[in-house]
Amino acid sequence: MSAAPAVLSVDGLRVAFDTPHGVVEAVRGVRFDVGRERVGIVGESGSGKSMTGRAILRLAPRTARVEAKRLQFAGEDLAAASDRRMRAIRGRRISMILQDPRVALNPVMRVGEQVAEAYATVRKASRAEARERALDMLAQVRIRDPRRVYDLHPHQVSGGMGQRIMIAMMLVPEPELLIADEPTSALDVTVRMQVLAILDDLVNRRGLALVFISHDLNLVATFCDRVLVMYAGRIVEECRAAELARASHPYTRGLLESLPRLDAPRERLAVLQRDPAWLA
Amino acid sequence: MNALLAIEHLSVDFGERRGTVRAVDDVSLAVGPGESYGLVGESGCGKSTVLRAICGLNRDWQGAIRLAGDALGPRRSPAMHRRIQMVFQDPYGSLHPRHTVDSILREPIAVHGLGDTNGRIRGVLDQVGLGPAFRFRFPHQLSGGQRQRVAIARALLLEPQLLLLDEPTSALDVSIQSEVLNLLADLRRERNLTYLFVSHDLAVIAHMCDRVGVMRAGRLIEETTAARLREGRADQAYTRRFVEASGGYDRALARAFADLEEAQA
Repeated sequence: MSAAPAVLSVDGLRVAFDTPHGVVEAVRGVRFDVGRERVGIVGESGSGKSMTGRAILRLAPRTARVEAKRLQFAGEDLAAASDRRMRAIRGRRISMILQDPRVALNPVMRVGEQVAEAYATVRKASRAEARERALDMLAQVRIRDPRRVYDLHPHQVSGGMGQRIMIAMMLVPEPELLIADEPTSALDVTVRMQVLAILDDLVNRRGLALVFISHDLNLVATFCDRVLVMYAGRIVEECRAAELARASHPYTRGLLESLPRLDAPRERLAVLQRDPAWLA
Repeated sequence: MNALLAIEHLSVDFGERRGTVRAVDDVSLAVGPGESYGLVGESGCGKSTVLRAICGLNRDWQGAIRLAGDALGPRRSPAMHRRIQMVFQDPYGSLHPRHTVDSILREPIAVHGLGDTNGRIRGVLDQVGLGPAFRFRFPHQLSGGQRQRVAIARALLLEPQLLLLDEPTSALDVSIQSEVLNLLADLRRERNLTYLFVSHDLAVIAHMCDRVGVMRAGRLIEETTAARLREGRADQAYTRRFVEASGGYDRALARAFADLEEAQA
């Protein structure tokens, strides 16, 4: 769909779990490409959007059975890569940002050291050099006083600041692909705007490929270039983000109509009627 | 003054002498009978703390709270608790995991000695749109939306005058959110309930409420209406910024916010 060669190309991705009640398929044959752009994956809980992101990085739980016809990153077949090779790619060339920074950061380590460690691990740099890079990166994510923040522990920073630190940590190795799983859902709206602006700059200036996983249709419609709508483990609709309001799949339409809107008051919210045919 | 709920100069402090944080700072507001009043603000602005003081979960506050003219003290009679009920944000945390729906609903009836347990439970389950089949299930056998319906049923059992709603749909998917918001709107109309509705989501607040109070850093900085919010009109710069940021991502706005933050620093 995108003109530029894809950074990530996924086809036939399936994630299944064996349970005492039979096989549960979380992701059921997903195909998409990501270029140097912002691709949003939206869906409700259980739609398989997070599991898709994790499976790409081989971070799905041990009990999951992951299959893919194609899982190609920058010309390399991730499905065939050894665990050792995956460790070299993960964190260096593909990074992941999770929803809650307070869970993802080490609570007993200064935040700046965590960023520096991420850099030193990947680049084999000296401590002083890693520190300089970390300070620089903290400034890039618009932390006003990086030297002061460097020495703080995670409990001393706000949610928005924590998420900026997470982003700094994920970006300091300069990855080509970033998978962000609900990166702003725990943040207030005004802080959210600034975190998104940082990601926006990285896509525009550094040519980062971004997979943006979210449940928030309005946010994805305004922030991303393209949107994939997932339902029950499948992509049911793919469209340009600006055209999401004119989506055609009844599930996407149903979601859009069930949302209360500030700009268009509704007497009563529509209730989504699920059609078993969507699962076929 | 015939407000159902009147709050005057409410303040709540947390912490000891030196590290005291004023979570709610001199808040006054009034909610008329049958009205749905919205309280919005970002995390930490004190909106939930106001609710906790009203319903008696937080006993340490200054000021005055009146329900239909009766002053509420820090300690209250069971009869007073019956008149104010609360629905919490997280239906995964607010229902006892090892109690069935039946025993969850049975408890308030027993505590208040209401009688006709079976009839009441059947009636209230029907009202929140859960059939009798749900009565003997455990919370883990229910979806998020069904759990929130049980929490609403528990609050309604006692026939309260005032329902305090603390982000009742923010843990739910949007398709489930619309079901729960519709249910709350219907119940208010049918039973002439009064709502104090707390949320960080302006679209939800504008949909559910006519009058809206905006809180920031413990203070009620502006009282406005849903209609004014929809038009983007606001007296306070903060409220305008909040409305703009709720519209989704906007490059130019993001830059304006960053500049504003720098200017304030």
